[in-house]
Amino acid sequence: MTGIRVADLSYSYGAKTALDGVSFDVRAGAFCALLGPNGAGKSTLFDLLTRLFVAPRGRIEIAGHDLAKAPSAALAKLGIVFQQPTLDLDLTVRQNLSYFAALHGLSGRNRAQRIDQVLERLDIADRMHEKARTLNGGHRRRTEIARALLHDPAVLLLDEPTVGLDAASRAAITDHVHGLADDGTTILWATHLADEVRPDDRLVILHQAKVLADGLARNVSGDTSLQEAFLAMTSEPA
Amino acid sequence: MNGYLPALIAIVTREALRFIHQRERFVAALVRPLVWLLVFAAGFRAALGLSIIPPYQTYITYETYIVPGLCGMILLFNGMQSSLSLIYDREMGSMKLLLTSPLPRWWLLMCKLLGATAISILQVYAFLAIAAIFGINMPALGYIAALPALVVAGLMLGALGLLLSSFIKQLENFAGVMNFVIFPMFFLSSALYPLWKMAESSELLHDICALNPFTHAVELIRFALYLQFNGPALGWTVLAACVFTTAALWGYSPEGTGIRRKG
Repeated sequence: MTGIRVADLSYSYGAKTALDGVSFDVRAGAFCALLGPNGAGKSTLFDLLTRLFVAPRGRIEIAGHDLAKAPSAALAKLGIVFQQPTLDLDLTVRQNLSYFAALHGLSGRNRAQRIDQVLERLDIADRMHEKARTLNGGHRRRTEIARALLHDPAVLLLDEPTVGLDAASRAAITDHVHGLADDGTTILWATHLADEVRPDDRLVILHQAKVLADGLARNVSGDTSLQEAFLAMTSEPA
Repeated sequence: MNGYLPALIAIVTREALRFIHQRERFVAALVRPLVWLLVFAAGFRAALGLSIIPPYQTYITYETYIVPGLCGMILLFNGMQSSLSLIYDREMGSMKLLLTSPLPRWWLLMCKLLGATAISILQVYAFLAIAAIFGINMPALGYIAALPALVVAGLMLGALGLLLSSFIKQLENFAGVMNFVIFPMFFLSSALYPLWKMAESSELLHDICALNPFTHAVELIRFALYLQFNGPALGWTVLAACVFTTAALWGYSPEGTGIRRKG
């Protein structure tokens, strides 16, 4: 089964092309890194995958649901961690999660149980009554990941989730999310940092609005490090 | 779908919590009309004579006349305030969180609108209570009869705020709303002076005031406060609410431009 299917997706901001015929599939339960330099089109791709706006051309499927034809079913299967922090800093961790759970239709005991489960899973249950403002960057990110898992999504999108974090927090969050893929969640992890990609990860390299490479990270990097291969690919015009 | 109600409760609760966390906003929302009522109206009482016009059956003081207009002012400023917070939400990213819910976007935005309107109405009643303390009273039942009028007027002005937020690209551009929306809407209306007074000065201005949906919202509230029904005012206000809501929902649709940004 396919977790994410993107076919011939194009999008422009006026004369500027952000995505040009982008196509790739991610099988269910796989960790796929979407690697690209700043301005490659990753955030635009995420905005289209989350239906914040729609592309004039192309097709997106989330866990088998066509995003254009069945947006509610597709979005119900999708968990999202945006690049921009989206916590309400004046609310506690639990209130933030409760608000989001309600947006996904969870209520009553089911909501409370799910909140407890995801907080345990992300090791932040002891912070649930603290205001988001008091959390450090790493814990805020964990809270956002916990929030994205509340409705038990089949697919989790993370748009540069480690931006601004220290090395330890980055490593911890990368490990957590790889663990989610091991448990069957399809992951699309956008980043511009090659060191966040593991050799066995699926890798899609996006550059100047197009897919430059698509395959296992170890195959894409070949005999060199992924960092070197990535720089070599993206230092030349696509 | 049975997720509609939890979403409504959550969004309205969040709006209420946000309002509680911003006490300055509550104070500002009350001080503004009170300054008009207790300072401006006192100063202009002698200059602005008022004849008996519906719904009033006796001569009234100028302070009494402008109370419904100041209720409208609270709703108007709150509608714009919610517009401002929507733009802030969009810049901060929390709007994305809302719009990626599987619930229909129209419902999510309506929940926002209802939450903002509920908070506006609470402020209107706080203002009416203070006005009563200063001796400016309405018929007792008028306070209850005004509630549906305040809901309709609040929704209309909130929808206008929603519409504006879908077209304003950056927070910095919001200042223009003050100059080009709030002030013209407020001053070109029956909030501060009856339309016949305006007609004495300029027929054109009178006609503009008569077309202004804010005029009809104010008149709807004014008549309701005196236990009278103003059908045309209700019709115009509902019509404006429908137009603003439809345009705002388009603006925030995936095909619209409300959430789109360049880059």
